[in-house]
Amino acid sequence: MNKELTKNFASGHSACAGCAFPTIVRTILGESPDPVVISNATGCLEVTSTLYPYTAWKTPYIHSAFENASATISGVERAHKILSKKGKVPKKVKFVVFGGDGGTYDIGLQSLSGALERGHDFVYVVYDNGGYMNTGNQRSSATPYGAATETTPTGKESFGKVEMRKNLMEIVAAHHIKYAAQANVAYLSDLKKKAKKAFETEGPAFLSVFSPCTNNWKFPTSQYVAISKLATETNFWPLFEIEDGKYKVNWATETPKDLEEFLKTQGRFKHLFSEKNAPVLAEMKKIVKDEWQRLVNKTEEV
Amino acid sequence: MTQSSEKKFDFEEAAVIKHDIKKAPKTGDWRYMTPQVDKEKCIGCTTCVPFCPDAAIEMESRGTQNVERKTRYAKIDYDFCKGCGVCAQVCPVKAIAMEKNK
Repeated sequence: MNKELTKNFASGHSACAGCAFPTIVRTILGESPDPVVISNATGCLEVTSTLYPYTAWKTPYIHSAFENASATISGVERAHKILSKKGKVPKKVKFVVFGGDGGTYDIGLQSLSGALERGHDFVYVVYDNGGYMNTGNQRSSATPYGAATETTPTGKESFGKVEMRKNLMEIVAAHHIKYAAQANVAYLSDLKKKAKKAFETEGPAFLSVFSPCTNNWKFPTSQYVAISKLATETNFWPLFEIEDGKYKVNWATETPKDLEEFLKTQGRFKHLFSEKNAPVLAEMKKIVKDEWQRLVNKTEEV
Repeated sequence: MTQSSEKKFDFEEAAVIKHDIKKAPKTGDWRYMTPQVDKEKCIGCTTCVPFCPDAAIEMESRGTQNVERKTRYAKIDYDFCKGCGVCAQVCPVKAIAMEKNK
């Protein structure tokens, strides 16, 4: 066991072999200069790291329900503020929330919005695996267009999810918070830099991190880094940050790879390569291209 | 709730799950493929270390047997390695090979 990496999050958790979020958790917490307190929405991370009577967390940890992880950390942060004023607890503590995309995009959105608006000093991290993977791959509002899930199956009449994914980054940016960023688990130095900035930010900061799911995206366990890399190289998951409302793209290429290269690595997009679904594939390419162009336009706004 | 003035924050009274790695479950028995590091090939770049989901890789010093300025090599903790193969996939010199368990 690597002692340096397991300072906050130990080995021995029961996340699937080849899961991406342990790397995300360790990388982000490794950048915190102070001790951390964690609130965790229900999800894969919570289920696999806290099998009673064991825990993988070496930090103070609160498990919240799906909808109130941000509300929990709001209370903890406010209590800490008062108690540290009275000199009863250490002054410098960082507050972190981990949530999956179900607990952030869908169910926890109201408490996230409330906490961002009230301006609590915390970092919200969403590991986005595009669905409710813990309960067997049901669709969420983070599931991309065209992906097959349990609740949006493929068949004669259907081709997977019909709707586009929610643009959470813009929802978060609309709260006028100082720092929000989208990162990718394959680009660790970028993720570290963003985590550091998020911890340095006074008030709320938001990180959205791409986290492939080996079990339900249906790819071999060894591939999560390669697939994450392709997601950014095809412009499917651009890396950018929003500082004081200003957009900045952190990684770009003049010749992005074809989206098919990313799609063909995963079983959930297998049906898109049939003749019948050619229009869906074309639509998907158009969505990715348009979203990228929208992002580029945003960076040019002053 | 009443609290005595001496004991301001006795967290032990609450539900505290102690972290004891010795008693913790070992996930090494999940493995059906085992990564084998080729010590000669490994250049000690540490690329695989942060990507391991189980933090099972540590860099080990070669001691006096330095080969072409390579001072370290990756060593895998088989108590926790789940055999996912991410290390073999990210290795830039293909020094890690996945072998089926016998």
